[in-house]
Amino acid sequence: MEFRKTLEAAGAIWQREFIRYWRDKTRIISTIVQPLMFLIIFGTGLKSTLARGNFGLDFVQFMFPGIIAMSIMSVSFFSTISTVWDREFGFLKEILVAPISRVSITVGKILGAVTIASIQGFLLLLLAPILKIRLHPLSFPYLISFMILVAFSLASLGLLIASLMKTTESFGLMMQLLIFPMFFISGAFFPLTNVPWWMKWLAAINPLSYGVDALRQILLQRQATGKALSLVSLHPVAINALFLLVFSVIIVMLAALAFNKKN
Amino acid sequence: MEVIKVKNLVKKYNGLTAVDHISFSVEKGEIFGFLGPNGAGKTTTINILSTLLAPTEGEVYVNGFNILTQKDRVRKSIGLVFQDPSLDDRLTAEENLYFHAKLYHVPHDDYQKRKEEVLRLVELWERRKDIVKTFSGGMKRRLEIARGLIHHPAVLFLDEPTLGLDPQTRSHLWEYILKLKAEKQMTIFMTTHYMNEAEYCDRLIIIDYGKIVGFDTPANLKKAVGGDIIILESPQPQQLKQELAQKYALEAKEENGTIIVEIGNGKTFLPRLFEELQTRVTSVSLREPTLDDVFLHLTGRKIRDEEATPLDWMRQHHFRRRR
Repeated sequence: MEFRKTLEAAGAIWQREFIRYWRDKTRIISTIVQPLMFLIIFGTGLKSTLARGNFGLDFVQFMFPGIIAMSIMSVSFFSTISTVWDREFGFLKEILVAPISRVSITVGKILGAVTIASIQGFLLLLLAPILKIRLHPLSFPYLISFMILVAFSLASLGLLIASLMKTTESFGLMMQLLIFPMFFISGAFFPLTNVPWWMKWLAAINPLSYGVDALRQILLQRQATGKALSLVSLHPVAINALFLLVFSVIIVMLAALAFNKKN
Repeated sequence: MEVIKVKNLVKKYNGLTAVDHISFSVEKGEIFGFLGPNGAGKTTTINILSTLLAPTEGEVYVNGFNILTQKDRVRKSIGLVFQDPSLDDRLTAEENLYFHAKLYHVPHDDYQKRKEEVLRLVELWERRKDIVKTFSGGMKRRLEIARGLIHHPAVLFLDEPTLGLDPQTRSHLWEYILKLKAEKQMTIFMTTHYMNEAEYCDRLIIIDYGKIVGFDTPANLKKAVGGDIIILESPQPQQLKQELAQKYALEAKEENGTIIVEIGNGKTFLPRLFEELQTRVTSVSLREPTLDDVFLHLTGRKIRDEEATPLDWMRQHHFRRRR
């Protein structure tokens, strides 16, 4: 009975996130256009100079998995921002006085962000044929699982930070300080196999680098030879999945704790 | 039947006592008011009663449930309208109600019926498909009241329900609140710092610095002032005050050069006063006491003096910015 109620409440919070997302068309467009801009500008700009790689990959193709991960990251973070807004605009109070557990609020919020981010990632994935990336139908379940995993870990991180922040302004600043370094040191632009030790360290604690690494290996397996792919990859896919899973579980618990304490 | 029962409630914030040993109970079907200046402890009390804040001391029961040990049951028993807006203004009016019904586990069939009932009550049924962003301040308030009623609460809490609304919208909102009491026999617990709104309450607590200074019906509170109020203006207020004290043993209060006297029967006293009075008086008026006078009588100062605190100004300003 209690479990059913928790689910119902989490479902309602999830539904609200989704309605808000669906209604905000500018947000949908901007979150699709922004990664495309990166792909087109950086992709074409760097193609000629940097990526004379011998691994049979186009630079745009190399960047594509990273762009998907980036899009998932920004949507996940952005969706969890709504907690700060809810606080500022009073709506959080409406949720907090309801006869529901704090856990259902945390779960609903995170699942809402995960759903939106995964849909966004999936939409980008549909561009693969245009970039001449051959996708095997069997790779879809893997790709989608990883997109969900990446979204889950980042949405939890976003909610954790949102729970620790007081104002929308400080949250925005924090996000800026996080998004770009996380994106740059994610392996989206350049392989992380041949970088200085400090960057390796940063990449090792960056959940996005695991996501990019896994997505690239799955997405490009029919594009590049196994040898070429292994040159730019950090870990086996299973290790990437394991890290993201452990990271998510720890962060989601911290987020639930922080949210509980703060409210 | 008692819907709310409070025994010896105390709330301290870092050594500061916001609520100081208050006790009262609210009967079913009445409009019960908390009147006091800003910072008197009104919102703190509502936050404790609605389980958002734990008390330092004391016992509180809402609808028979303990606010500390039966939180969820207390929460299901109350409908809340906060001081600041708490709607999702990107959703429609209906979606806001739907969301609320889900959070309070209202069965679907019941929700469908109740939705129409409450939306018609606040006259927003025709606007139910509209995004809340397009609503005026008064409409938003009405929607919040409707939302607070969706889950059949035993008591509706209204924390300064008319704050930030213009006078016309305010009196309009009161029509709905009174209709709620007349048609649905709803128990309402409200706070306000507007004297004229406190008049609508069946019973009233006047709270100042966290303490109850008066507790009765508005009519009885006014009776306690001592009959009528005479307001005198004089070029020599101090002398007038002294003369009143010597000749009639009346304790007059001075407010910006005007002298205010509480007197049993003003109509017969005035002619006598002017026959005997030595000090020059430039203006006189006689009226029946208002709750303003009650507050002055009980605390020695006017509630209006404290109305425009910087916090209040900020809140109002904030309100406008959001609209």
